[in-house]
Formats: sequence, C-alpha cells, structure tokens
Amino acid sequence: MSALEERELQDYYEVEWDDINSELKAVLVEKKGKEESEIDRIHEEFARIIAENRGKPEALIEVLHQVQELIGFIPKAVQKEIAKGLGVSPGEVASVISFYAHFSEKPKGKYKIALCKGTACYVKGSAEIIKKIEEKYGIKSGESTDDGMFSLEVVRCLGACGLAPVMTVNGKAHGLLNPEKAINILEKYRKGEIKEG
Amino acid sequence: MAEKIIKLWIDDVEVEVEEGTTVLEAAKKAGKDIPTLCYLKGINEVGACRICLVEIENTGKLAVSCITPAADGMKVKTNTERVRKTRKLNLELLLSNHKVDCPTCVRDENCELRELAEKMGIRDIRFEGQKGIFVVDDTTPSIYRDPEKCILCRRCVSVCHEVQSVKAIVPEGRGFHTVVEPAFYNSLSDSPCVLCGQCSLVCPTGAITEKEYIEDVWEAIYDPDKHVIVQTAPAVRVALSEAFGLEPGTIFTGQMVAALRRLGFDRVFDTNFTADLTIMEEGTELIHRIKNNETLPLFTSCSPGWIKFLEHYYPEFIYNLSTCKSPQQMFGAIAKSYYAEKNNIPVENLVVVSIMPCTAKKFEATRSEMNGDVDYALTTRELARMIKQAGIDVLNLPEEEHDKLLGVSSGAAAIFGATGGVMEAALRTAYEILTGEELKELDFKQVRGFKGIKEAEVRIGDLNLKVAVAHGLGNAREILERIKAGAEYHFVEFMACPGGCIGGGGQPLPATEDVLEKRMAAIYEIDKGKKIRKSHENPYIKKIYEEYLEEPGSHRAHELLHTHYVARGV
Repeated sequence: MSALEERELQDYYEVEWDDINSELKAVLVEKKGKEESEIDRIHEEFARIIAENRGKPEALIEVLHQVQELIGFIPKAVQKEIAKGLGVSPGEVASVISFYAHFSEKPKGKYKIALCKGTACYVKGSAEIIKKIEEKYGIKSGESTDDGMFSLEVVRCLGACGLAPVMTVNGKAHGLLNPEKAINILEKYRKGEIKEG
Repeated sequence: MAEKIIKLWIDDVEVEVEEGTTVLEAAKKAGKDIPTLCYLKGINEVGACRICLVEIENTGKLAVSCITPAADGMKVKTNTERVRKTRKLNLELLLSNHKVDCPTCVRDENCELRELAEKMGIRDIRFEGQKGIFVVDDTTPSIYRDPEKCILCRRCVSVCHEVQSVKAIVPEGRGFHTVVEPAFYNSLSDSPCVLCGQCSLVCPTGAITEKEYIEDVWEAIYDPDKHVIVQTAPAVRVALSEAFGLEPGTIFTGQMVAALRRLGFDRVFDTNFTADLTIMEEGTELIHRIKNNETLPLFTSCSPGWIKFLEHYYPEFIYNLSTCKSPQQMFGAIAKSYYAEKNNIPVENLVVVSIMPCTAKKFEATRSEMNGDVDYALTTRELARMIKQAGIDVLNLPEEEHDKLLGVSSGAAAIFGATGGVMEAALRTAYEILTGEELKELDFKQVRGFKGIKEAEVRIGDLNLKVAVAHGLGNAREILERIKAGAEYHFVEFMACPGGCIGGGGQPLPATEDVLEKRMAAIYEIDKGKKIRKSHENPYIKKIYEEYLEEPGSHRAHELLHTHYVARGV
C-alpha cells in the first residue's frame, strides 16, 4: 500500500470534529453569544458520554437525552459520531431523533414555544394563533427564527385545558390566548420584559 | 431438547403445535390462511400492518396473529364480524394515503396490497389521508423509490438491516410524515446503500423497484444504425420462466435465447462465456498471489453489490479484492474491442445490453472505471416485461442456442449463478493448472448449498488451499470480522445476495427460500448436462487467448479485463 493510499484510509476513519466545531461555533458563539470555551466543555463532556457508552446500542436514547441536554440540539455530524461510538448505523440514530419531538437536529430558539393543538385548544381557536405566529416570525412547527430567538413546536395537549388555548414558553404556561395576546407575550420575551420561569 | 407441545383451537379445529409457535403459524397448520401484509417469515415479524388480526375468545381481545404466541387452551376465531370489519378498516387506512396509480404501476401484476384489497372485498376507501408529501428518488442508476406508495411495512428495513447488515434505510419522522429512506432524509445516491435490491424483492407494493431502462433498449433496437448485442447472466435462465407462470427451477435457456432474437437483438451472447474468462484471469491472479506472497486472502469481485459494500464499510480490504472485472464488464470490454474489431463494427454503433438478475449491475455498468462498455443492464424482471410488451408467446417458442464466439460456455460458468459456484469453478481450473493432472471429482460439494458461511480445505498438489464462501452481506461481514480477528484463508467468494445471483435483487418475485432452492438445483443440472465443465477447456476461451489476449494476466488482458476500486464513506 502506498503512503498516499494509507493516508486516504486514515482520513476515512478520522472523527469529523471540524464539521461539528464550525456548526457549534455558528450557533452557540455567534448566535447565542456564549464563550468559545463552551465548545471545549462540550467536547470534553461529549467524549465522556461516548466513552461511557461505547459499543452499547441499547444506550442510544439515554445518550441522545444527554447530548440534547449538553448542546441543546443534535447536529448531523454529532449523530454520526454517536452512531460510530455506540456501534449503530447513522440511520438508526436519525430515525430515533426524527421520531421523538424532544430531540432536535436543529438548534432551538432562546425561547421555546410549545403551542397546544389538542382538542380543547383547537376548539378554542389555537389554529389561528399558530397561523399568526407562523406569519409573524416566518417559522413553522419544528423550526427556529433566524435570529435564534424563538422556536415553535405544535404539541398535543399540555394538560391545561382549562386555560385553552394555551402555550408554554420555556416551560411557563400562558393561557386564554388569542392571536394578538400571544404575539404580545412573545414580544415581551424578546424585550426581556418577562423573565424566564 | 424436545419442545413442549401445546393444544389450541383455530375456529374450532383442534391443533397441536410446539410452544413458541405464533397463532399465524398454528392457524396455517389448522388449514386457515390468515391474510398478512408486512409479515415476512423469519425476517420481518413486527406486527406493523395489523392485517392478520384474529379474535382470542379466552380474553375477548383482538390479537396480531403474526407476533402472538399460541398458548395452551387458546380459542382463536379468524373470521368473526369484528375481525373482518377491523381488518378491512386497517387496510382502508393503509390505502388512505397510498398513491393509487395501479394501471401504470410496475407492480400492478403482482402487488400484494392490491391483491389483498381484492381478497378482502374492499370496494370503497372511506378515508382520504395526506398525500403528495414525498418525492421520487431516482438518483441511483439501480433503484427507483416512490415513498408515496410505501405502506411502512418495514420489510425493506428488516432485510437491509438484519439480512444484509447494510442499514442504509430507516424510517424517519412520525405519522403521515414517516418515510423510509437513508439517514438524514438523504437520497440513495448520497447514502451507503449498496444497491443490491433485496428491498425490491420484498416490497409488497411499487414503492421500491429497479430503475427501468426498457425504453432506452427499445430505442437502440429500433435504430437501424445500431448493432445491438445482448448477454445473459447465468442466473437469469433458471428464473425467467417464473414470470410466465412456470414452476420455479425450470431451465429456460432455449426459450430465453429465442425470445431475445425475436425482440430484435442482432446477436445473443452469453455472460457465461466471460464467466469462463473470469476464471482464467482470477485463477491466474490467485496462483500469482500465492506464489509471490502478495495480499491474501483474495476476494472474488463478480458481485457489484458486494464490491460497493466493501468500498463503503471495509475499505481496508480493498487490496484483497481481485482486480478482475465482473463477467458482465469483461463481456462489455471484449465486445467493444475483440468483437467489434473482428466484425468491423464501429464501437460508437455497437450497443451492449445485459440481462442480469441484479440491480447493482446497473450501477456497475455506470462506474467510471468501466468506460461505458455495457450500455444498459436490464433485470430478469425487465426482460420478462419486454417479452410481454412485444407479445412474444415465449412458452411456445422453439429452443435456440446462444450465438457462437461469445456465447459458448462451460458448466463451470453455469454455476456462477449460485453461491459457491465461482469458488467451485475456480477450484476446477486451479487444480488442473497447478498440478498438471486431470481433476477426477469435479463436484466440490463442501462449497455448495445455502449455509451462510461455508469453509473448506482443498488439497492441490502440495498446497493446502483454504477457502471460504459467504452469501448475503450479513455473512460477508461475519467473514470479514473473522479475518480481522485472525482467520486465515487463501480465497474467499462473496455474493451480495442470499443464495448468490439466483436470489439477486433483479429476479422475479417472490424469491422465497423454496423458490431459491429450485433455482439452485436447476443451475447444477445445467452444469451436469454440459460436455465441457471446466473453464479452461472452453474452446472459444482458448481461441480468444490465441487470437487476442495472448495469455491470462497479459498486458492486454490487464487493460481490458481488470479494474480498481475506491474507498467510499458510510
């Protein structure tokens, strides 16, 4: 085997940290204003999570929870590393992430909106609210605004039907909404007039 | 250890089965044929489609019979009003978002979904599901995927993961937005799919099929300026007849050749001829590598799905792959040099078509290393469609023979179509070349049959040749891992598809185990009936070396018949 060929084979097995780093930097540092050292911390933690679960396909969901918590989203390049570490295919990782709404491939906004489209909220007009938010911020369910401020999830029943129509923002419930009221609340978050609950 | 026998009642028929048997299997034993859709014995037993529902009287509940174990004293009803209505409801729901374009669907003739709808008397679909979400994926030369026709039965996923260990396709998303495709919603061309087409063999609908090139071939045939020749792979002749309703295992060579002539091909040649040529080249390569202490074990390179698998998942073994092109590509290369020169046909007017049991061969033909020597590779299924399109009464055709020159072949070439065949063919030739003695017993039974991994030691002179054979990529992976762990062989045969080419992804449906067994028996029958059963005794092989290639492994042979490989990512 020639030296060149050997190098090619080596490259083939290299961990693609460069891809991950540039993606993390774009999101965490440039958009969310975190320190660059945050990326080093993520590296360290991620390496630990993988080391603890190496060769354990059954640990997939637990690992995804930890990584989602660690980074806030699970980019493709990270999914590939998880697959390699646990000994599953990238497809199996992607399949689980795409099935559970809790996991997300794309970064979520600073403020995570969960808007209910369960029966009670739907009857009380939540569809109109969703439409308004989609128009105002140019995002659909599962997406985030370009400035990283808001992400929208349309969910089924938050268990607060008495407040229908209802949404939560980073876990804090806001009820008895109409489209205008919902936008007002979100704008207050943007301006920092409501503190996270 | 004797299994515990339990007793249950299927529609009041008493039946005894071993503990662990499913209700579905028990019902079969009691003479009840419960409809199934997602079920694929031994491969996909997941209870996804809910068609095989039955009622368990003891509990009053509906149960999915394909995954419910039979229990002692169980009373099963398979045809109550509730069962019928629920099954129909479930099928209607499956149909509610299925793209119904039956008249123009390639699977119209043998769609399991359509057959089931007929069997269950569905005349109206009461629901309209969300359609028009997904796009067709025709990004590879081999496979055509239309997720709008997918019913999410998971058969393809199970075959890809459990049998082939390729894991190229997965279900992604939820609800109406669930789609089976490569990770990250990629297209097949942007995935480590090896294009073996095993998914197309198990898909119950038209969601996964081969990419058709029938119209291109018709165009070439109708073009008066083109000289169109065709080659037929070893495994096609023992399977083609199934598409016309004959018993599996029927040897159909004569009718196939006659039909190809009537379709308008200018010459009907045989891939078996270049299978013999492959043995000459690969056998020489093996002997050379052993004598010169070069990279061993040598891996066969006939199966393009296998090659792509190695390139994606085990690139560290690239130098173990034989540099020999596959018989399909050797044929293309010889046709566009030797044949074209000999017959004064300008290469630009020569069109080479191949009939293959394989979807990956379409990809192979487009590899840049192959110079476009094979213009179109059709599957066995596509050939059957062409014959039907042309209105040829293939069952009543007189049997005809392949054209001479590139159409004469040995029994050794015939068995290329079954797992172990390339190995056996190579052993027949290597033995005689190495020892200079006549091989008395031609049948190497150790490498035949359906066992996933076959190993043998063959005494050739003072050499104890250690060989192994794997078919199905899960087994291929197993052998590669064994080699990594220190197992030593001289020569290993790999075939991507279970059973070898007889079980290829381009073969007629269904490709069940007993169908494959019959095809295999036919392959060995062809070998037995041949006067010449060793590749190096094929007179036309001798002729082509004398006239053109000089000797195996010569400079010209290398230029035309050998190739190289590339490492691909996963």
